[in-house]
Amino acid sequence: MSSPPGEPRRIGYLYILPALVVYGAFLLYPLGRAVHLSLFEWDGITLGKFVGLSNYADVVRDAGLRAAFGHALVLIVFYAVLPVLIGLVLATVLQRARVRGLGFFRTIVFLPQVIAMVVVAVAWRHIYAPDGPLNDVLRAIGLDSLARGWLGDYAFALPAVGVIGTWFETGLVTVLLLAGMARIPAERYEAARLDGAGPVAEFFAVVLPAVRGEIAVAVTLTVIAALRTFDLVYVTTSGGPGTSTSVPSYEVYHRAFELGQVGSAAAIGVCLTMLIFAITLGVNRLADRSTA
Amino acid sequence: MKKTIVAALALSLTATACTPGSGSSSGPASAPSSVRTDAAALGQVELTVWDQEVRGGQAAQMTAQIKAFEAKYPNIKIKRVSRSFDDLKTTLRLALSGNDAPDVVQANNGRSDMGEFVKAGQLVPLDKWASAYKWGERYPDSVLQYSRYSADGKTFGEGNLYGLPQVGEVVGIYYNKTKVAKPPASWAEFEAELDKAKQAGDVPLQFGNLDKWPAIHVFGTVLDNYALPDQITKLAFGRPGATWTTPEKQQAAEVLVSWADNGYFPKGFNGQGYDPAWQEFGKGKGTFLIAGTWLQADLQKALGDKVGFMLPPGTKSVTGGTGLPFGITNKSKNPDAAAAYINFITSPDAMKTLTSTGNLPIADIAAQQAPAGLAGDIFKGFGTAVDSGLLVPYLDYATPTMYDTIGAALQDLLAKKATPQQFLDKLEADYSKFAGK
Repeated sequence: MSSPPGEPRRIGYLYILPALVVYGAFLLYPLGRAVHLSLFEWDGITLGKFVGLSNYADVVRDAGLRAAFGHALVLIVFYAVLPVLIGLVLATVLQRARVRGLGFFRTIVFLPQVIAMVVVAVAWRHIYAPDGPLNDVLRAIGLDSLARGWLGDYAFALPAVGVIGTWFETGLVTVLLLAGMARIPAERYEAARLDGAGPVAEFFAVVLPAVRGEIAVAVTLTVIAALRTFDLVYVTTSGGPGTSTSVPSYEVYHRAFELGQVGSAAAIGVCLTMLIFAITLGVNRLADRSTA
Repeated sequence: MKKTIVAALALSLTATACTPGSGSSSGPASAPSSVRTDAAALGQVELTVWDQEVRGGQAAQMTAQIKAFEAKYPNIKIKRVSRSFDDLKTTLRLALSGNDAPDVVQANNGRSDMGEFVKAGQLVPLDKWASAYKWGERYPDSVLQYSRYSADGKTFGEGNLYGLPQVGEVVGIYYNKTKVAKPPASWAEFEAELDKAKQAGDVPLQFGNLDKWPAIHVFGTVLDNYALPDQITKLAFGRPGATWTTPEKQQAAEVLVSWADNGYFPKGFNGQGYDPAWQEFGKGKGTFLIAGTWLQADLQKALGDKVGFMLPPGTKSVTGGTGLPFGITNKSKNPDAAAAYINFITSPDAMKTLTSTGNLPIADIAAQQAPAGLAGDIFKGFGTAVDSGLLVPYLDYATPTMYDTIGAALQDLLAKKATPQQFLDKLEADYSKFAGK
């Protein structure tokens, strides 16, 4: 035991080898293969044709694809920003109120997360239907003019899909934040109160700084969920009406499996991966800097 | 650690530095020069068959056919793999490029399925067996065209025969007999009935277009009233020599929009699913429903003898097609046995079995004991469509991207996001980009 574990370095690598092999085989290899495929024009069956970066050029040039990426960015608002805001309020209230049966409420709030996305989508499709519960409620309270086929409306289809995401992600964010808030020592609240802070000031001075880490995790997870949205769009709108809810992941599936444009699909996938990577890197940098 | 990742990445890249698809065979496949039809004398054969006949009457007829086939030819054993339509569509591509490919497969007619397989040489032309077994005498050309491709897979609807279907389908009009005393005999009468239903406060034409494709069938039916079969067939098979921008297509688009304007469709139809829409019709809400024969069993169950089916009255064409055709793969070691199997499941006896299990046989329709009620209407309608030569393909067959183009364009048209002119320009752009090549 002359050297610390993992020294010399060569031995150290040996320790991570099993994990690295799995990681390489199931993540790095497919990723490399996707990058490789994205350089070809390939239908999935016959011999591919090397086309260099032209698939990527098409991603930038194709107005429909640019719109799809735009829709994904709109979804970030619904999947990440709104759930974090709602989650902060919900978690603070649940935490402060010290309600009876906190566990029960936590379970209720978290419930959407344990339901398969396809089931969620089918249920909401029913809710949004022209004679669905949502329109029934609107008509019952006299807002007949607002009732519509939500998922078939050009202005409301994308927000309608987004709201499903908000409903789905809020539980996860709330539970994450509750865990973070539970770790805040009671003395800090006490100190803040002695300094004369009300509930709002206390929230900004004590709670918010303490859960920065949790917020970063929540934002990372939800942003990734927003950008890779596929099942929800596939089941609810198939990208419609027109193309007003098309998203990049749907295009990847559509091109690879329906149109037989494997190269182009791979290029979109790689772009999406890079976008997700850049955004999450940014989020984590921001969180790191502010905690340091 | 970073270095290792880079090394691993580099390794994985070099390991894959071969052109995708280079492992699979390519080039058009050719049929063997001589054909044997004496299946009993082919020796011991095992045939692997992939089909999608998994539901109700479909599954029943397939099981019966295979049992009869194995009893007649004890030397041929059928190894059947059946999957749902969606599963078949996604797995067939991989299965065909593998070395252990099935002998007989049921492949979707469209360009992105059968067309691609033909292009890759994975299906063999069936013409020699077609003449040996005289399929052409029982199957009219308007039916066989759905399984025809040129050897390079580029031309659809002409050329070699790559598959033979068992069943047919046609898009027509379901009507609620309690609301329509006498089915309209002409297009003008049909539109008058729609108006009458509107005045009576009913939903004239039940419709839900959230899934994008349902409008293709409604628009196709309207177009059938204005355009001749030859024109639509060229457009729908994506063959050069036609155009979307003619007055009769403009008229069809305008009529569709006027139907929406007149309130013939239910409110919020673009936000209503296809299934909920026909289920509403099944509950008695709505006077008419434009849909395919595939809804027969469900609507029969829902409405009993209150529902009838008719071909669009007095139209110049009728939209329809075939069930998924059965083809032979280039990897099949015994294509003669495979052809014998296909011949058996499409024989006159097989058509009888199809009828008795509640399916719509595609050939020898006149020879069948037509069932009563809704099924009888459908038998009659399909028989008329085939015999009159008015059958035209679905519009979305045209190009690999047309399904999406026309689906989205129709949603735009119906929601007034596009004028009929812009709508047709969009279809023309997709069509000419493909057919012009």
